[in-house]
Amino acid sequence: MLKDITIGQYFPGDSPIHRMDSRVKIVLNILFVVVLFIGRNFYALGLCAIFVMLVYALSGIRYSLILKSLRPILPLIIFTGLLNLFFIKSTLEDESPIFEWYFLKIYPEGAYTSVFMIVRIVSLIIGMSLLTYTTSPITLTDAIEALLSPLKKIKFPSHELAMMMTIALRYIPILIEETDRIMSAQKARGATLDSGGLHKRAKALIPIMIPLFVSAFKHANELAMAMECRCYTGGEGRTRLRQLKTSYVDYIAILVMLCIVGGVIAINVMT
Amino acid sequence: METKVIESKNLTYKYSVGTPFEVTAVNNISFTVEKGNFIGIIGHTGSGKSTLMQHLNGLLKQTSGEVWINGRDIRGKGVNIREVRFEVGLVFQYSEHQLFEETVFKDIAFGPRNMGLSDKQIEERVRRAAKFMGVHDSWLERSPFDLSGGQKRRVALAGVIAMEPQILILDEPAAGLDPRGRDKVLEFISDYHKKAGITVILVSHSMEDIVKYAGRVLVLNKGGIFCYEDTEKVFTRADEITEIGLGVPQITRLTERLRSMGVDLGNDVYTVERATERILALISKKAGDSCRE
Repeated sequence: MLKDITIGQYFPGDSPIHRMDSRVKIVLNILFVVVLFIGRNFYALGLCAIFVMLVYALSGIRYSLILKSLRPILPLIIFTGLLNLFFIKSTLEDESPIFEWYFLKIYPEGAYTSVFMIVRIVSLIIGMSLLTYTTSPITLTDAIEALLSPLKKIKFPSHELAMMMTIALRYIPILIEETDRIMSAQKARGATLDSGGLHKRAKALIPIMIPLFVSAFKHANELAMAMECRCYTGGEGRTRLRQLKTSYVDYIAILVMLCIVGGVIAINVMT
Repeated sequence: METKVIESKNLTYKYSVGTPFEVTAVNNISFTVEKGNFIGIIGHTGSGKSTLMQHLNGLLKQTSGEVWINGRDIRGKGVNIREVRFEVGLVFQYSEHQLFEETVFKDIAFGPRNMGLSDKQIEERVRRAAKFMGVHDSWLERSPFDLSGGQKRRVALAGVIAMEPQILILDEPAAGLDPRGRDKVLEFISDYHKKAGITVILVSHSMEDIVKYAGRVLVLNKGGIFCYEDTEKVFTRADEITEIGLGVPQITRLTERLRSMGVDLGNDVYTVERATERILALISKKAGDSCRE
């Protein structure tokens, strides 16, 4: 069913990871990505992978969700893996391929890079999905607003951007539910949505898209009216209900992350 | 012997299985509906009414249990679920949201067209359904989006009735309408029930609407059946019904109050007509008593 779609789904909890300031979480996440790409060998990468797994354990999110978050990018992982596997040639002239079949040749370097890239991508996705799993979308946009607020100096509408994101996120479940209901209603009238050729299927979408657009516009209208009734004029002078606060958990997290950065750089230098 | 058209056996449905949000919406529900009945399903918000009715035409697939329509398991082998949907017409809450065609006529024709009928049959059915639901001929060539809320609702209802289902299930068909629109819609439905001789299930949380039209009431509470009885008998348990958060008709509340003050009109009063009858009877009896003194 449509409801099962997860778009950056949040799993409520009370772990130290959940309690972290979302601004810190975003910054550390970016740092983590950078570190992943700085790491030049398996030792560095292994450190990152172990680290992200430990954070996962700490967050109390079930491990089966890792697989779920990886499923959409599985094709990309396979593609990257295969490409690296077959197309990386040995830098040494006299080294022979470890596997040869017609034009397909696998060199040790290719196998190495292939596995390396896969581990890197998987760690990347796991790290990123951890952010959305443990942070509610609302605080996430608050954090984005806070992080973008220095740009206000050059007239960048960071508050408006965050507000739009908040509204969009807020309405995703509502529109999904609405789609679900309209689909059910049309199915009850005998509409077939999942059979026939491309043309027929596209046509079958009309009875769903039109009511959906009508209701989306209606929602937008009502929301705009409601916001205006409460004198919403934008970000100027607006205070907030949820203050983002850093606490000792964040300082520990920053410290740990710095250790990882230091560790990776050290490994890079030493090997 | 009356024939069973709907039979639900130990029906259970859970939302979001395997996530922290797992909820049992419908819990082990078994009931049967006989042909030609007018059943009211009533329950508090979140009692599983809407979920239950979406099982009756196979829109939702139960977690466990069975649904039998016209003597066959709708999830059984060789059963075309689309055909079941043509037998069981389902009208959703705020059904006017499903309108999408350019004209009212085309929208009502959507269902019959999906059934693969000929143009002539479609035209016939559209006109018949429109008439049943009080949709004027002059509206048929207009855009459904130009109509008022109550008119749109009637068009949407006609869209389902045009499929001429043997079982008609309506989820809050009168919700959000003004009192007159409400009465109109319900009258049209009740009329259609009598004339077409079909089975109707009316889902609502308004006791007044249910008692006025339904012969039998299924009361749901927290996903399970609280009771399933003739409308007559349901209100003998007025106290318990109030306890699970459902209102009883105003007139029933009034008679309860009268009883506590020493005037007993009986515990099966749920329409104003019956209350009038009882009160008159009581008065004439009292008058007779005082004459004899």
